[in-house]
Amino acid sequence: MIAAVVALGAVAAVSGALLGYAAVRFRVESDPIVDQIESLLPQTQCGQCGFAGCRPYAEAIARGEADINRCPPGGEHTIRALADLLGRDPKPLDPERGAEKPPSVAVIDERLCIGCTKCIQACPVDAIVGAAKQMHTIIAAECTGCELCIPPCPVDCIHMEPVPVDLDNWRWPYPEARTENLA
Amino acid sequence: MSVPAVHPFHGGLVLEGHKRISTRHPVVPARLPERLVVPLQQHIGAPAEPVVQVGERVLKGQPIARPRGYVSAAVHAPSSGTVAAIEARPVPHPSGLAAPCIVIETDGEERWRWREDQRPDWRTLGPEALRERVREAGIVGMGGAGFPTHVKLNPGAGRAIHTLVINGAECEPYITCDDMLMREHAPAVVAGAQVMQRILGARRILIGIESDKPEAREALSEAVRAAGADDIRVVSVPARYPSGGERQLIHLLTGLEVPSEGLPADIGVVCQNAATAAAVLRAVTELEPLISRIVTVTGAGVAEPRNLEVLVGTPFADVIDQAGGYTDEAVRLIVGGPMMGFAVAHDEVPVTKTVNCLLVAGRGEVEPARDPLPCIRCGACVEACPARLLPQQLYWYARAKDFDRVQDYRLFDCIECGCCAAVCPSRIPLVDYYRYAKSEIWALEREREKAARARRRHEARLARLERERAEREARQRARRERATDAAARKAAVAEALARAGARRSGSAEARRHEGSEGG
Repeated sequence: MIAAVVALGAVAAVSGALLGYAAVRFRVESDPIVDQIESLLPQTQCGQCGFAGCRPYAEAIARGEADINRCPPGGEHTIRALADLLGRDPKPLDPERGAEKPPSVAVIDERLCIGCTKCIQACPVDAIVGAAKQMHTIIAAECTGCELCIPPCPVDCIHMEPVPVDLDNWRWPYPEARTENLA
Repeated sequence: MSVPAVHPFHGGLVLEGHKRISTRHPVVPARLPERLVVPLQQHIGAPAEPVVQVGERVLKGQPIARPRGYVSAAVHAPSSGTVAAIEARPVPHPSGLAAPCIVIETDGEERWRWREDQRPDWRTLGPEALRERVREAGIVGMGGAGFPTHVKLNPGAGRAIHTLVINGAECEPYITCDDMLMREHAPAVVAGAQVMQRILGARRILIGIESDKPEAREALSEAVRAAGADDIRVVSVPARYPSGGERQLIHLLTGLEVPSEGLPADIGVVCQNAATAAAVLRAVTELEPLISRIVTVTGAGVAEPRNLEVLVGTPFADVIDQAGGYTDEAVRLIVGGPMMGFAVAHDEVPVTKTVNCLLVAGRGEVEPARDPLPCIRCGACVEACPARLLPQQLYWYARAKDFDRVQDYRLFDCIECGCCAAVCPSRIPLVDYYRYAKSEIWALEREREKAARARRRHEARLARLERERAEREARQRARRERATDAAARKAAVAEALARAGARRSGSAEARRHEGSEGG
C-alpha cells in the first residue's frame, strides 16, 4: 500500500516537474488576438466602423463589442478573413457603415486651396504636404482613400478619384463562359 | 557526329506545327513607318524614364529612355526623326490598356548616332565591360517574357554557372522567327552565345533546337564548326510542346531540374533565347542597341505569311500590310502563338522587343463558341502538365477563390503553357483561371504591403501627436512655473519697496518731529 502511494507520488512528481519545465522552456509566444485582427484590416484609418481607427476597431472586435462586418474599405474579403480567424460565420457588410467602393485617392484642386492646413490635421497617415497659407498637395502613393480630409476643407477643393488601372495593377478577369477557343 | 542523349520531360503535347507557311520567304526588313510608337515598358521590371523632350530631334539608336533601377531596360530610338509626343498609347498587353510611349515622327533618313567604326574584338573585353554593353543596348529576353538580359547574365557571386543553354526550340505552333534567324544568321547566334559564355564564365554551351528545324540545325552546326568551338554542342530535341519552356529545355539538355520557386542559376545554368544571343553580339561588336527584331506574321488571316525584320514601335497594321494584308478569313489578331499568346482588339498597337509573332487566325483556326462543361476529373490535364502540377486541383481552388490552397498546389510553378486546357474534354479555360488567381494573389500582396505602410505611417503620426502634446504640456508647465516665480518676485519687490517707503516716511516723520521739537 505504501509502495503504491510512493510509486504514484513519484510518477506524479516527475510528470509535474517535466510539464512545468516544458511550460517554461517551450513557451509559445502567440500573437495576441488584437494584433492578428488588426493585421487583417486595411489600415485605411477611416473610422467608418465607428471607432477611431483600425487598431481601436480590432480591440473592440477582440473584446466582443463590435461585429466583424463594419469595415467598408476591407469589404467582403476582410469579412471573410476575420470570420476565418475568429471561427465565425461571414455575414454581409453592415449597410449602415457604408458600401464597398473601388479603391480611390483624394485629389486637391490646387487652384482653390487656400492653405488652411485643416486637411493636413485630419489625414491619419500624414499623406498631405503643405504649410499655413501654402498650397497643399496629396502624396497619392500614401493616400489610403479614407475621405477624412474632405469634410474639414472650407473651400471644398478636395475630391476622390478612383485609382487608375495601369499595367501594374491590372488584374485578369474572373473567367466567365468563354466564347471561342483556338484550335 | 554522335547524337547526344536528351532527357524527356513529363507531359507536353505533340502539336500540329503550321510552321512551313511562314518560312517560304527569306527575312526582309519591313518598311519604315511614318510614326514609331515606342513603349517605355517592354520588359519585366520598372518602366524606363524618358530622357528626350517633345519636339527634340533624335538619331537612330540614340537612347530615348533610361532604365529606372537595376531590373529595367533602356529604350532607344529605332529610327531618326522628331519626338512628336510622350503619352499613353495602347500597347500589346492582354488588358488592352494604354501605357506611356514615346512617339517618333520618322524623317526617312535613318541617320545613325555615332557608332564605333573600328569594331574591337569582343574577346579583348572583360565580362564586366561586356555586360555593361548589353545593359546599355537595352537588351531583354526576346523569347517572350522580356526579362532584362544583363540581370540574367549576372547570377551573383555565390552561383557559379557551368552551362549556358541557348533556346532555339521555338516549340509553339506557327512561330518561326527564331528558326529563320538561325537559318540566316547562325554565325551571329553562335558568336553571341560565346559572348554570353564569356560573361558568365560557363564551361559549355548547349544549343537546343527542335527536330522539325533541320535547316537551322545544319546552319548552326556549320557555324560551330567554322568557329572551331569544341565546347558548343547543337542538340536536337523532340518536337514536343513545350520543349522551349526554360525549365523543360534545361531538363531535356542536362537532365537537371530547376527547383520549385528557384532559378536556373541555382543549378548552375543560364538559359537565353537565340534571338537574344544575336542581339548581344550586335550590342558588343557594333554598339547597336536593340531596336529591331524578326517578327513572324502568319495564320490563315494574312495573304502572304512570312517573317519580317521590324523596327520596335512599328504598328501591327504596317507589319500585316507588308505580309499581304488581311484575307477574308481573318477573325482574330493574336500576339504570340496560339497556346500562350493573347488577342488584341485592334492593330494600332506597336511591335515591342518581345513581340515574336502576329498570328492572324482564320475562321478554321478558331474553334466555334462553346460553353465549358463541368470537370469530370478525367485526369487528362495531369498527364499533360509539363510542370507536374495537378491542374484540376488548381482549377478547383482558383474557381473557388481559395488563394491559400491554390498556392499549396504550387500555382506559381505553372508556366501557363496551356497543355491542360488543350487536352481538357470539357473545354474549361484552365489557364484563364490560373492567370486570374495569380493576378489576384499579386493584388492582395500589394494591398497587404500598402496596409502595412499605412499602419506604420498612422502609428508614426499618433506617436508624433503624442510627442507634440507632451511638449506643449511641458512648455505650459514651465511657463506657469515661471509665472508664479515672477509673481512671487514681484510681490517681494513690492514688499521691499513698501518697507523702504515705510521707513522713508517714518524717518521723515521723525525728522518732522525732531524739527517741531527743535522749532
